[in-house]
Amino acid sequence: MSPGPVSTKAPLLNIDALIDDPATQIVVCCGSGGVGKTTTAAALGLRAAESGRKVVVLTIDPARRLAQSLGLTELDNTPRPVTDIDTAAGGSLHAMMLDMKRTFDEVVIAHSEPGKAEQILANPFYQAVSSSFAGTQEYMAMEKLGQLKASAGTEDAPWDLIVVDTPPSRSALDFLDAPNRLGSFLDGRFIRLLTAPAKAGGRAGLKVFGVGVQIVTSTMTKILGGQMLSDVQTFVNALDTMFGGFRERADETYRLLSEDGTAFLVVAAPERDALREASYFVDRLEADGMPLAGLVVNRIGRVSATGVTPSRALAAAESLEESGGPKSASNAAGLLRLHASLVRTAERQRELADRFSRSHPGIPVAHVPALGRDVHDLDGLREIGHALAGS
Amino acid sequence: MTTGPTDPSWARARLHVVTGKGGTGKTTVASAIALALASAHAHVLLTEVEGRQGISQTFDVPPLGTDETRIVRLPGGGEVVGLAIEPKAALLEYLQLFYKLGRAGKLLEKFGAIDFATTIAPGVRDVLLIGKIYEANRRRRDGKHKGDAPPVYDGIVLDAPPTGRIGRFLSVNSEVADLARVGPIASQAGSITRLLESEQTVVHLVTLLEEMPVQETLEAIADLRAKGLHPGAIIVNMVREPLLDDTALEQARAGRLHKPSIRTQLGEAGVKATPELVDGLLEEARDHAQRIDLEREQLALLEATGLPIAQLPALPGGVDSGSVRELADLLVPLFVHRAGAPTGTEQAHA
Repeated sequence: MSPGPVSTKAPLLNIDALIDDPATQIVVCCGSGGVGKTTTAAALGLRAAESGRKVVVLTIDPARRLAQSLGLTELDNTPRPVTDIDTAAGGSLHAMMLDMKRTFDEVVIAHSEPGKAEQILANPFYQAVSSSFAGTQEYMAMEKLGQLKASAGTEDAPWDLIVVDTPPSRSALDFLDAPNRLGSFLDGRFIRLLTAPAKAGGRAGLKVFGVGVQIVTSTMTKILGGQMLSDVQTFVNALDTMFGGFRERADETYRLLSEDGTAFLVVAAPERDALREASYFVDRLEADGMPLAGLVVNRIGRVSATGVTPSRALAAAESLEESGGPKSASNAAGLLRLHASLVRTAERQRELADRFSRSHPGIPVAHVPALGRDVHDLDGLREIGHALAGS
Repeated sequence: MTTGPTDPSWARARLHVVTGKGGTGKTTVASAIALALASAHAHVLLTEVEGRQGISQTFDVPPLGTDETRIVRLPGGGEVVGLAIEPKAALLEYLQLFYKLGRAGKLLEKFGAIDFATTIAPGVRDVLLIGKIYEANRRRRDGKHKGDAPPVYDGIVLDAPPTGRIGRFLSVNSEVADLARVGPIASQAGSITRLLESEQTVVHLVTLLEEMPVQETLEAIADLRAKGLHPGAIIVNMVREPLLDDTALEQARAGRLHKPSIRTQLGEAGVKATPELVDGLLEEARDHAQRIDLEREQLALLEATGLPIAQLPALPGGVDSGSVRELADLLVPLFVHRAGAPTGTEQAHA
């Protein structure tokens, strides 16, 4: 078999069919940082709402202008109705920004007795984990998603479609991995070791683990300090009695994501690194049996003119510049050079996108052209929604 | 292209922390800064902490491990040594150093204590990552960490976490000091904080001339300043030169470029000037003019910070080890202040 050119025609991602299908209840937008996930989520939510769905968009860390375009002025962790949308088709739109600390606090308060809740909220280890642990944001995004899903269809929560943006993590995989990591840690061997003394009534509990334990705990005490370990013990014991295992909760949200009715949209910029991340993510979704709707390649360079190749344009520009003609000659040369560079950029981007499609045949793709400015109003979001739908 | 103060206050910096929003080319710029420093005969350590193997991809060398590996040697004796710092390895190395742990190290691993310390215990991971850099910064050529021997490295460049997390990453030591009140982590946290807050450490910010990265850059600068850290230079990456002069841009923006004469000129150059081509070119020119306006607005916002600004061109063919050297040449004026004296050398050898 010769390594000749392969057909790289990826199927088109039909966004409208996805969001118009009442069976679609959750859309998760994921991808590495800086690729336009949040904007994509917001644009998708608006388009779905204006075509008649009752939508809530959960954003994680929106740029200020994007938040303003949705009418969100503060991070208050509560879905707010977005006004000024076209409701002729009977849809509605709510939007919210995730406040991970507040979400964590609410979970604590909702699941423990008042005295105990205060004790947990005041624990320094809890405060650190709830505001800065690398997986907390992902975990709380899933927690919030679970809450939004549970309340869906009630009077205060009219939505039948949840569009989720994912945290701006280093790797797209963090969103899937972090909750499980937190869950398995809190359920893991080391934590059982730490909590054993308290549960079994003092040091007797340690015997379960044998002789190595003494060395481990004394070393950890030396390294981290006894205070930190005892804060951790208090924290974990409190959580344990509270929800009977973080693990279970993480598994539950994870399950929600693999159900029918959920669709993952992988968002990428037409760059090597972003598309490589997208590849990892797509492979992972397949391995875990998670429903992938397709790939959105954002910010593809726009080319308006047709009828001249880049090399022809550059040659013509050069001859115009050499001719020493009037101002219009140098202007025409500039236009030709501009066109050549736009075409070359677009070609390179398309080649990168094609490379993705060659290694992941059959995955539907939508291309969204670059906009001149960042989105700062609903019209800007509509324009992106329009492009997403390929119209 | 460099603007701003010519003799920045960070001329004596030894630790160059490079941050930027995702997608701005942070790793490429960190690599170029390392090469620029090395061009003045310096021994430079280039480190990454996010497990992405960005350095090996940029220089097209095999993936970096937890050993310091020379990746570039320049004529004249300068060199760049690469290191991918990994928290688990850093912790085990650290335990070995302080406790001579043999069996206990394995036990800690078995019980999940290493995982605990490197992934869950808040901030410890970042302290370990920065702690490794702190160690490399102090290491002398005789292998000791104090004394009169010259330091192993004349400069250290850190490809750091993105702008959204940089303030927290660099101030994590003070945070950890609050949690772990005793023990070597706590005592080392104090020394590390002093290094990071001293003039030996500067934080460079990589951005594009687009709204979101510029906004994040401005917020990061304010955050760094509030935390007592020193912002260094702003590196504007992937800059494209305007292809039309200001008058033509002005006309393009207003849609007033003279269509008939453009059509005539295209014809003279032998290009068939169809309406699709001419109208398309004018539309592209208008987009271009609007884009240039936006870039100029963004550049003005960056200039208002008072920090030195270096601009690096977009690389039409993408990044490879050759193009990184071209970028490094452009950074030399900002990072190397006298022939033969890379930033920091004087102080390091004093």
